[in-house]
Amino acid sequence: MAGPSRRTFLGTGLLLAGCCMPHARFASAEPAGTEALPVKEIAKGIFAFTGAPEMMSTANEGEICNIGFIIGNEGVAAIDSGGSAAEGRRLVAAIRAKTDKPIRYLINTHMHPDHIFGNSAFEGTGAVIVGHHNLRRALANRGDYYLQSYRAILGPELMSSIRIIPPAITVAGEQELDLGNRKVMLRAWKPAHTDNDLSVFDQQTRILFTGDLCFTQHIPTIDGSLLGWIRQLKDLREIHAELAVPGHGTVPAPWPQALDDESRYFDALARDIRMALADGRSMTDANRTAAQSERDKWHLFNQYNERNATAAYAELEWE
Amino acid sequence: MTWNMKRTKGCAAVIAAGLLWAISPATAESQNASAPEAATWKSLKSDVFGSRPIEQGEGIVRIEAPKRAEDAAVVPVDMHFKTDSKTGRIKTVTLIVDENPAPVAAVFTFGQNAGVTHLATRLRVNAYSYVRAIAETEDDKLHMTEVFVKASGGCSAPAMKNQDEAMASLGKMKLRVFPSKAPGLEPLTRATEMQLMIRHPNNSGLQMDQLTRYYIPAHFIQGLTVSQGNQLILSMQGGISISEDPNFRFAFDARTGEELKAEALDTEGKKFQDEWPLESSSL
Repeated sequence: MAGPSRRTFLGTGLLLAGCCMPHARFASAEPAGTEALPVKEIAKGIFAFTGAPEMMSTANEGEICNIGFIIGNEGVAAIDSGGSAAEGRRLVAAIRAKTDKPIRYLINTHMHPDHIFGNSAFEGTGAVIVGHHNLRRALANRGDYYLQSYRAILGPELMSSIRIIPPAITVAGEQELDLGNRKVMLRAWKPAHTDNDLSVFDQQTRILFTGDLCFTQHIPTIDGSLLGWIRQLKDLREIHAELAVPGHGTVPAPWPQALDDESRYFDALARDIRMALADGRSMTDANRTAAQSERDKWHLFNQYNERNATAAYAELEWE
Repeated sequence: MTWNMKRTKGCAAVIAAGLLWAISPATAESQNASAPEAATWKSLKSDVFGSRPIEQGEGIVRIEAPKRAEDAAVVPVDMHFKTDSKTGRIKTVTLIVDENPAPVAAVFTFGQNAGVTHLATRLRVNAYSYVRAIAETEDDKLHMTEVFVKASGGCSAPAMKNQDEAMASLGKMKLRVFPSKAPGLEPLTRATEMQLMIRHPNNSGLQMDQLTRYYIPAHFIQGLTVSQGNQLILSMQGGISISEDPNFRFAFDARTGEELKAEALDTEGKKFQDEWPLESSSL
């Protein structure tokens, strides 16, 4: 009795192993989770992915912003995790394709879903999440809303592995990260694109990751302070960078010329809204005509310009 | 599930409904119907106005809002009023967003001699929804007009773009006086347009902190009175559907030389007030 039963058991075991292993490999690859993001090396040890100039969708898996990583002698810093856990996994795979050094840090440049929805993909890598000192509060206030409202945009499958994970280390002012013979300077900004913008500057190669403080091609979106952003353009220009990776748009972009387009847009928007306010025109009326001279100069102008005008009106009417 | 709550006590439940909603987080999914849904109003109507008949209000009250709201947290809404000797003046205007967790956005009461002809404010709109204005005239009749707005996420969307600034200037008020568009009108028919702005997060209490799993407490302006001299222009009983930095633009029969005064009260019991001398030259 014992004999045949044992043989059957063993046989079944082999069979299980035989059929399950390829299956398991297949399952872990869902949905396109481990195919490396196509990144390009823009300077020695610095890689960046160019997001699509689109709204986030199921089809693009949230891959709409520019993200990247910096490899030092002792470790790697990833800059933003992308707009879905799937994109985050693809970024980890891209890092793993270039180096086996540990991922020390995941830097979140600000709170927006296209930049942080991939955070959960870094769990288990040992990466510590770093962000602006306002980022925790911003995520506490908005995380729930982001998870709810993006369900319809990304679909349940992509949403299922997305979680809001706050930074473990926060930065006020400036802070240096040492990746091993490679110093990276983080800088927390006053309200501009959001109230939690953080930039990343590699001192060796003078490459600047701006987060969404710089947009090219893709119309800038204002979720912080238009006036604060305009004021800080001057400080941004003074950063002694060679090239930048903007949050959206061309990678890499010459610095500080990469700021020229958004600077022109902000001026047009502020000028038009101020004129409307001076004329006593209503918000609805002002929004329809603001910054129309910029219409043909940006991707997604129709999707964001009126929202920007609303924000600008609500801010500038207090001047 | 929480839909039942908003249908309980009508106006009186403006605030309570918001809080109850916060305790039981319903999802926005079920509200995303793209077609105008009048069913919500059918049950809402009796909760707010009982069995009182409501007439079509064209000619007495007109409402305007963008068909598609670009920012659901800041949806500008304009109301224009016109009355005659038959109906008498408008006593109150109730502003309702059918699909919001606390649908009664505000109830405005107009002063007896204020002559309010225009009132604009900004709303949070949580789903594709009708926004309606119901005016009650002196003959006790109700007159309604409505507009359908495509927006979503307004109530739970935390709009505080610059939170430190928002809290630092809490309660600050600003009054803008607009130059008369029709100079030379007789003083008695002259309506003057003004805009009262109040710095306040007008927090809905609907956002859950994902990290602590606690709801961020509601904190909003619940009462506002605007008067000139000792005469009421308008007062508002409001809730969470009014946008951050509550903003009211209104045209009324201003009297020269009497100062304008605004008093607001928020849910934490904080009182804010300010006053502005009105030069005859600014009218």
